[in-house]
Amino acid sequence: MRKQFVSTFESLIKKDSKLSLLLCDIGVFGFRNSIAKYPNRVMNIGILEQSTIGVAAGMSRSGLIPVIHTIAPFLVERAFEQIKIDFGYHNIGCNLVSVGASYDYASLGCTHHCPADVALLKNIPGMEILTPGHPSEFDSLFREIYKNGNPSYFRLSEKSNIKSNKVKFGKANLLKKGSKATIIAIGPVLDVTLQAAKDEDVDILYYSTIIPFDSKTLQKSMEKKSKIMVIEPFYSGTISNLIIESLEQKSIMIKSIGVPKEFLTNYGLAEEHDNAIGFTTKNISKELRKLINA
Amino acid sequence: MGNIIKTTAHKQINFLKKEIAKVSYNSQEGHVSSAYSIMDLLWVLFKETLNIYPRNQKNSDKFILSKGHGSLALYAMLLENKNISLKEFRSFSQYKSKLGGHPDSNKLPNVIASTGSLGHGLAIAVGIAMSSKILKVENKIYCLIGDGECNEGTIWESALLATEHKLDNLCCILDMNHSGDRAIKLSNLKEKFLSFGWAVKTINGHSHKEIKSSYKAFKKNKPSIIIAETIKGNGVKMMENSHAWHRKSPSKEELDLILEELN
Repeated sequence: MRKQFVSTFESLIKKDSKLSLLLCDIGVFGFRNSIAKYPNRVMNIGILEQSTIGVAAGMSRSGLIPVIHTIAPFLVERAFEQIKIDFGYHNIGCNLVSVGASYDYASLGCTHHCPADVALLKNIPGMEILTPGHPSEFDSLFREIYKNGNPSYFRLSEKSNIKSNKVKFGKANLLKKGSKATIIAIGPVLDVTLQAAKDEDVDILYYSTIIPFDSKTLQKSMEKKSKIMVIEPFYSGTISNLIIESLEQKSIMIKSIGVPKEFLTNYGLAEEHDNAIGFTTKNISKELRKLINA
Repeated sequence: MGNIIKTTAHKQINFLKKEIAKVSYNSQEGHVSSAYSIMDLLWVLFKETLNIYPRNQKNSDKFILSKGHGSLALYAMLLENKNISLKEFRSFSQYKSKLGGHPDSNKLPNVIASTGSLGHGLAIAVGIAMSSKILKVENKIYCLIGDGECNEGTIWESALLATEHKLDNLCCILDMNHSGDRAIKLSNLKEKFLSFGWAVKTINGHSHKEIKSSYKAFKKNKPSIIIAETIKGNGVKMMENSHAWHRKSPSKEELDLILEELN
């Protein structure tokens, strides 16, 4: 997805004289061509994430369209108050693009993990949160909204689904129809979900936008059902309140498979963490059976 | 002529200070002494320096009050410039007021940044100054910070960036009223900013002559900082340099004394 980010950006900046990019010493090699070609608007600003957000807010106030890019924990957790006030409260446009997701850089340890990013950012009113599961989904979503004047967060991952879906900002995709339960799969955990539920009588809804949350598609899917399984590639329970608010008059059962709220102190590969957490066909199938039979 | 202008300005500033005291008494809110410490700085900025204030005019100069708790002084200048009415000024901190304890850019079209959490305004000012360079806009960006605010890491991050990007269109005004001394004494701020590559000028922050000349003294390829030595609570003896008055509103008896002294 990072390569796609570079190529989408390179294609857009050719035509958009307002587009700018601040790199916090991450992705500098990838963006070397843009840095060379547009040194005033594409720059490695340094390792100072909090002020970078403030600087970007000043650029946005002046009519530029800033993109800010670094690893998720530094972008979101370190600079959270700046994002909240300088963009959220001011309600001005920016594009925050992170890499690393929850634990893509598993071997670098907890300082480089960020399963809390979406849970944190969804508390900022007006913040748009996008979780593409494939490079071409990032491309179409970014092109669709990068200059809409709102603060937007794109959560990129090293992990990608094999096939892309035709995604629209703020819309969920109904990928499979069934009657026993509804499964919500988010971003790059779609493939494992499709595999786990291929023989089950369930709806599968794919969300590449978290905020604004597509309540309508969920409500329609849940008209004759009461069971929901959420496969969320960040802290478990992150989107539970969005589901509850969408279905406020309905009694429902929710089962979430997500990252547990504990520090992931092991290293290794992201896939090893997937296995330990339960982002596996076997585990999702087992939990889905339990939910359907409950 | 100069003396007449100065006297008129002084009288008007005292009028505004009295309004600040009254509104703080009525609401029992506000950082009065912080506002008094920057009144002269803002008066000269708004009356004699800034080139057209509205924030949406591309070519206008810009101002950010990063030490947002000095908001009453900013509101007083908006009142002076007829950007808000006296009725609006007197609504300070009421439930539906546009004027809160910290300035809100969503409610006040002349305010560029909502500040209050310290250390945000200078970074935004750096971003605006960088944008002016990118977009080839010939304007000046002013940002007022406090000495206590200089404890924030973002001030120094922004200071690095301003030098790196040669922001000679940026002027930071440091309200050096020493309110931060009780935590960390920043007695060598001049050397600190010099070592960060800024042009530094130290002035008496209550001398209009010194303020005015410092606001125009930009140096090529460098950001400027004016270290304005000020007195917190300036003009009211019981308030001057008293930490007790940092967020204290006057009682009726204190209000009467303040009004009398400012007369």
